[in-house]
Amino acid sequence: MMILTDRKPRVNIEAILTAQEIHDIEHYMHHYPDPRAASLDALKIVQKRNGWVDDAQVAAIAQKLGIPATDIEGVATFYNRIYRQPVGRHVILICDSIACFLMGAESLAEAFKRELGIQYGQTTADNRFTLLPICCLGNCDKAPTLMIDEDTHSLVTIESIRGLLEQYA
Amino acid sequence: MNSQSPTTQPNSQPKPIHGNGTAETHPLTWRLKHHEFVHDVDTYEQLEGYAGMKKALGMTPAEVQAIIKDATVKGRGGAGFPAGIKWSLMAPNDGGPRYLICNADEMEPGTFKDRLLMEKLPHQLIEGMIIAAYTLEATLGYIFIRGEYIEAAKYLNTALDNVRVKGYLGSNILDTGWSFDIHVHTGAGRYICGEETALINSLEGRRANPRTKPPFPQVAGAWGRPTIVNNVETFNNLPAILLRGAEWYKNLSAHKSPDPGTKIYGVSGKVKFPGLWELPFGTTAREVIEDHAGGMQDGLTLKAWLPGGASTDFLTPDHLDLPMDGETIMKAGSRLGTCLIMVVDETQNMVALVRNLEEFFARESCGWCTPCRDGLPWGVKILRSLERGEGQMQDIDHLTELTKNLWIGKTFCAHAPGAMEPLQSALKYFRSEFEAGVKPVATQASQPQNIVKQA
Repeated sequence: MMILTDRKPRVNIEAILTAQEIHDIEHYMHHYPDPRAASLDALKIVQKRNGWVDDAQVAAIAQKLGIPATDIEGVATFYNRIYRQPVGRHVILICDSIACFLMGAESLAEAFKRELGIQYGQTTADNRFTLLPICCLGNCDKAPTLMIDEDTHSLVTIESIRGLLEQYA
Repeated sequence: MNSQSPTTQPNSQPKPIHGNGTAETHPLTWRLKHHEFVHDVDTYEQLEGYAGMKKALGMTPAEVQAIIKDATVKGRGGAGFPAGIKWSLMAPNDGGPRYLICNADEMEPGTFKDRLLMEKLPHQLIEGMIIAAYTLEATLGYIFIRGEYIEAAKYLNTALDNVRVKGYLGSNILDTGWSFDIHVHTGAGRYICGEETALINSLEGRRANPRTKPPFPQVAGAWGRPTIVNNVETFNNLPAILLRGAEWYKNLSAHKSPDPGTKIYGVSGKVKFPGLWELPFGTTAREVIEDHAGGMQDGLTLKAWLPGGASTDFLTPDHLDLPMDGETIMKAGSRLGTCLIMVVDETQNMVALVRNLEEFFARESCGWCTPCRDGLPWGVKILRSLERGEGQMQDIDHLTELTKNLWIGKTFCAHAPGAMEPLQSALKYFRSEFEAGVKPVATQASQPQNIVKQA
């Protein structure tokens, strides 16, 4: 069996992450007894820049936290709000769970797909919108509901789609 | 439940969550009668805020624990396990770290109560957590909140900063010699994070696969240390119990239910006024749906209802007059769950509805154990073919088999059994709708083998 003893840093963290990102990651590392726990925080911090996390960023986060890059990759691919491929400038998350389903979420989602000319998991050609389903947003008394980036929109109707999209350039 | 004549409706206006009650009758929400929300620590303190905490910190942890145990507070996350008993199973203090975690990963479809409590009353949760942490001699706390609750996380972080300035968090809190702090940890999706041990794995920065039990988190939880995980609403109950006592708490639901206290009830679906209301445990579903939610929308009739989230069994209009408490709803063949009712009207096809539920559970399976990872998508395939009217007679038998093979004891955690609850009850009450999705025999001859065998 070959034992890997190479302890040299494999990536130059400073060349991949900004000083602010490194600072923010360190802030979260102090919240936990083990730096690994900052994995998700770090991925979310880095994701803010381009909307997704690339391979070099995964490697840099892993080195910063002192854990294998495969572990960061395992976390990044497990959680649905971490994106490992490019997304549009704005991400639309349509709640497709039962309360919204009862209030017409499926026809609402179809209308979004028609309006944007894409299916779930795709990005518009102008790179403006990515469309994804999401599980219950806990806004069931105002169904159907969806999120665009960090904004929650309630009681969304098919008629309101265009006006809604216009708010996101 | 037919609500075609609006004049017979008991209410024609939405009712407020606090029912215009007082601190004595509506301990969780009465402050919202005076303010739309209470984010400011001084405003909260003017309304009895942190009084329960101060009282607790004047006692020994054992004395506080005795009060909580006497009040027999039931957990509000869905399982209804008594919080006092959970706490009593925590390993004794050996001087090392002890963790307290608030499960704010509200993702059970149809559940929207913790969002309101955190967005409107962040200090009440923090006060409840400080009381619990003092009792359990915890050294560090986390609020594990789902990433989509952006407003709630923001208000909680501000509230925590304000409370640190007051000296209610930090070192040597109110000269007790006890030190404690709370961090907000935001998630990044996945329903399974609500499972207690999966939540701990997620907090540690791992994939949210559930852990084997035993050891239970009370003995070896976060980072292998004793850990207690409770729901947002459970913590919200604690301040008033400390202030007014266990007897007062139990009297809140006297003659209505063996479960003590008030509960945030709610209704979603096609009712006139979907929403949330703080009511005594044991309030009937009819009262919640008709008196508070205003009944079904005009022209619609109630066909079925889920008592407390996607992972509970359907009940029918025949069950509406049952008091909604853990024991009664279990005897009726379902679970109280989160107590947030979802109503289904008679125009809704049950096969399509159950297909949507099972798609959710199949997608949210963590993939750790085979029955759940493979069984749930099979269920979805069968339901889709029945929904298209292309099912075979054996399909219904296969769905029934699934409800047995994905049941408790056959899977690693409660995720797949939870998925089977709405399926098994829909098959029980609405079997004819599933049979209607079976393709007539004459046209079946040309069909390939059963869809399960292709999977």
